[in-house]
Amino acid sequence: MRALIGKKIGMTRIFDEAGNMVAATVIEAGPCVVTQVKTQDKDGYTAVQVGFGSKKEKHSNRALRGHFKASGKGPYEVVRELRDLEIDREVKIGDEIKADIFTVGDVVRVTGVSKGLGFQGVVRRHHFNGGPVTHGQSDRLRAPGSLGQSSYPSRVFKGLRMAGRMGGDRVTLRNLRVLKVDIANNLLIIKGAVPGTENGIVLIRK
Amino acid sequence: MNKMDLVSASQLKSDVTAFSPGDTVAVHVKVVEGDKERIQIFQGVVISRKGEGVNASFTVRKVSEGVGVERIFPLHSPSVAKIERIREGQVRRAKLYYLSSLKGKAARIDEKRSKAPVNAK
Repeated sequence: MRALIGKKIGMTRIFDEAGNMVAATVIEAGPCVVTQVKTQDKDGYTAVQVGFGSKKEKHSNRALRGHFKASGKGPYEVVRELRDLEIDREVKIGDEIKADIFTVGDVVRVTGVSKGLGFQGVVRRHHFNGGPVTHGQSDRLRAPGSLGQSSYPSRVFKGLRMAGRMGGDRVTLRNLRVLKVDIANNLLIIKGAVPGTENGIVLIRK
Repeated sequence: MNKMDLVSASQLKSDVTAFSPGDTVAVHVKVVEGDKERIQIFQGVVISRKGEGVNASFTVRKVSEGVGVERIFPLHSPSVAKIERIREGQVRRAKLYYLSSLKGKAARIDEKRSKAPVNAK
C-alpha cells in the first residue's frame, strides 16, 4: 500500500483535460521522514513509522527527541505507523517519502477527522424527516418520533439514533481521484472534497 | 506565495484580452466532436463579468434568429480559445441584465467615444 500523511490546504476549482471545471481539494502531502522501520524479527510485525510536519522542540519530550535523532530531523507534528507500506524502493531511517509515489489518475482513499458540528438534532444528524407542520401539530417539526413501545420492551433499545454530538469522527472517503501531482511543492490535488477542516491532518492511501 | 495561490496560478491564462460589460466580443470556443476539434464563434454583448481568479466568468448575450441566447463562459477555461473585442460599448452599469427585457432598437448599446487627448484643441 502506498501511503502518505498530508495536510488539507483548502478547496478550489481546476480544469481537467476535457476543459471541464471540477471541484478539487489541495493537500500538502509529505514529505514524510522515516523515523523507524519495524521488522518481523525485531518487532513481530512489519511497519514503517514516519513523521510529518514540524513543531517546536520545547513542545516535545526528551524521549521523542532522542527517538527522532536518527532520522536527522524533528520533532514532527504527526508521527504515524504505516503498515504494509509498499513503495518502489526499500526505505531506511531518514528517508523522505514524497508525493511522487502517487500519479495522476490514481484512485486513493483519504482519511481525516471530520469537522466537529457540536450537538445536533436527529434531522441533521441522522436525516430523520421530522414531524408534520400542519394538522394541529405543535413542537413536532424536528422531533425524533417514538423511541420505543410501552409494555414491551418497556425500554429504549441501545444504539437507537438520537440527537447528540456530531462530527469529529475519523472518516475515510474511498475512490477519490488524483487530478494533479506537484512534486516541487509537495502538493496533491484530489477531485472533490476530503474529510476535515483546513489545516487538518489527512492520510492518503492507495 | 501561499499554497492555494500556487495551484490557482497554474490554472490562470496570462493573456486574457481586456474587455468590460457593454463590449461586443467574439468568443472562440473549442468544440470537440468525436475526435475532431474545431472552433466555434459566439458573438454578442458582454452583459456581466463575475468572480476573480480561477472563478472568473463572463456572460455573453446575442439574439439569434429572434431568440435571445445568453451563454456563461469561465474566463480561464481552456475551451475558450480566444476572446476578440469587436466593439467597445458605452454603458453605465456593470451588469446589463436589463437587456433581456428589451428588443430591437431599444436593446442597442452606444459605442464608446474615445476621449480626445487633453492638449488637442
